[in-house]
Amino acid sequence: MTVEAPTGPAALGQSRRGRWGAGSIAPVVVILVLLLVAVGIRQPDFYDPPALLAFLKRAAPLIILAAGQYFVIVAGDFDLSVGSLVTAEVVIAARLIDGDPGATWPVVALVLGFGLLVGLVNGLVTTLLLVPSFITTLGMYLILVGAVYTWTGGSPRGALSEEFRMLGRRGIEGVPWLGEIPYAVLILLVLAGLAILAMRSDFGKVLLAVGDNPRAARLAGGRVAGVRTIAFVVSGGCAAVAAILLGGFGGVSFQVGAGLEFTAITAVVLGGVVLGGGRGSVVGAMLGALTLQTLLTLLNLLGVAGALASAVQGLIILAAVAIGGLRART
Amino acid sequence: MTTLTARRPRIDSTNGVWLALGMTLIIGGILVATDGGSLFGQNSTVSLLQRAAGLGIVAVGQTFAILAGSLDLSVAYVISLTSLIAAETMAGSDGRVLPAILAVVAVSGAIGLVNGLLITKLRINAFIATLGVGLLIKGYLEQGYAGPAGSVPVSFQHLGYDRVGPVPVAFLLFIGVAAVAWVVINRSRFGHHLIATGGDLDVARLSGVRTDWVLIRTHVICSLCAGIAGLYLASRLGAGAPRVGAEGGYDLESIAAVVLGGTVLAGGKGGVAGTVGGVLLLAVIDGIFNQLAVDPFFKQVVRGVVIVAAVAIYAMRLRRKVVRKAAA
Repeated sequence: MTVEAPTGPAALGQSRRGRWGAGSIAPVVVILVLLLVAVGIRQPDFYDPPALLAFLKRAAPLIILAAGQYFVIVAGDFDLSVGSLVTAEVVIAARLIDGDPGATWPVVALVLGFGLLVGLVNGLVTTLLLVPSFITTLGMYLILVGAVYTWTGGSPRGALSEEFRMLGRRGIEGVPWLGEIPYAVLILLVLAGLAILAMRSDFGKVLLAVGDNPRAARLAGGRVAGVRTIAFVVSGGCAAVAAILLGGFGGVSFQVGAGLEFTAITAVVLGGVVLGGGRGSVVGAMLGALTLQTLLTLLNLLGVAGALASAVQGLIILAAVAIGGLRART
Repeated sequence: MTTLTARRPRIDSTNGVWLALGMTLIIGGILVATDGGSLFGQNSTVSLLQRAAGLGIVAVGQTFAILAGSLDLSVAYVISLTSLIAAETMAGSDGRVLPAILAVVAVSGAIGLVNGLLITKLRINAFIATLGVGLLIKGYLEQGYAGPAGSVPVSFQHLGYDRVGPVPVAFLLFIGVAAVAWVVINRSRFGHHLIATGGDLDVARLSGVRTDWVLIRTHVICSLCAGIAGLYLASRLGAGAPRVGAEGGYDLESIAAVVLGGTVLAGGKGGVAGTVGGVLLLAVIDGIFNQLAVDPFFKQVVRGVVIVAAVAIYAMRLRRKVVRKAAA
């Protein structure tokens, strides 16, 4: 597969690539601005603070998933298990809470713990048993889907409590000018801040080095297996948070997380992050997710039905990545 | 040390899967027998081979893509699309079977060409390129079709239902496709170029292999195989189905079968014989669980564990070999 760490001229000289090349966030910013302008023209009240916050609230789960996926991708791996993990978490939460408000917080803790655990298993199998992450997380995807169906006997049971749903649905009310500040947006801001800090820390630098050239990183004394495993744990944790938020938005079903792994990877790539690792920023990945969400909103406003939306989505992704690739070459 | 390893029949990744298949058949056969059933009865064998055929044909195509260091995530949607093209072109009439087959070949070949051009000329990562093309086809399918469409004449349904003894015709088709693929990969110049490209793209290019052209042809072959699987499913279902590919999970399952067969995901190592073993292993596991009436969803859990465990064992063997080489 063409996900090997780039070697040769492509891996050298950050300077030659300039502001538009692979790994840069400039293209995604341009696309995002264009889309936001288009949305604004179509729906002028989109920029009222409450409407904007509501939009961010809807975008929060995908942005969080993309941030988690970024850590895995920039180290040269994949996490295909996040979609099924989101589904599993929501179904587990619904069955354990079963409408009982008292069970909310223990279950939230359990959901987070389970996400981290799944990430840890992904990471250990990938780094210790040397299974390519594509296969590890594909296996985990099959296991989680199968296990959740087996456990529930084919259809989700139980219900989420109102307290659980509050995290995804509600916010701090009565704030002047802004109206309601959704909890989802606050959680997003905190996690985004942590992600940016993490990438500026030594951990982040080693992670980038591992993705660029694992061998060089190891010879230079980087704890390659350690940081790669942590990346998977981060991704699992992010999926758990996304699941909690998504559980608040919608109903409990086996479809909650379906296909989210591909959407998250797409978002990350749209944000200028290179599959195979070593290049791209977490801010880019999150902007990629925001761009994707804006695109879906715009298509919705333009009355493009859900079916055709995926075709347009595919076309725009191909175009965006192709332009990025061609610029990287020149 | 070296003489020892030379004398012992080497279990490398591609024949390891056949060993696993043999063991699974023995253990599964005993388990099913103690349960009072029979794994090797006519009915269970037929349905087992029937299931293997569809996935198998796709997996043979996917083997080409993975050997070349690429992969194809669009196959599931190509299968759905071609099943519809086949059934709608035939529209129940015997005389239109040939035009329908030609249309499927043309469309699936064209999709493979687009995949290949996106990857080589626009330099889009294969994962994203084929995912994007898959999304495009998905949009078209969801926009145009709410349910099954077209109809397949009875004469064409022979492909899906006839059999020679206990062996379905479709399974023979799978074996035929695999045999042709084996010859192409192991005996043709293209096959050698394919392995070289997957092994190291830059080295292959510098050695004079036209790697772009190799990758484009590889993707055309992969899509054509998906098209053949689409024809088979149309014949089996009697109509075209817009969701048959995605619901069957043919994209990820075909990749899993190839990797289970010992082909290395990074490309350049493996072969189609292993893929046949991988497909059969998945089908046998399926068959055993059906016979034991185990919860169908639990099957998927086992499948996930088997795939990861198999690849872990291959990786361990590979590592030992490298360590041995380094020590020598």
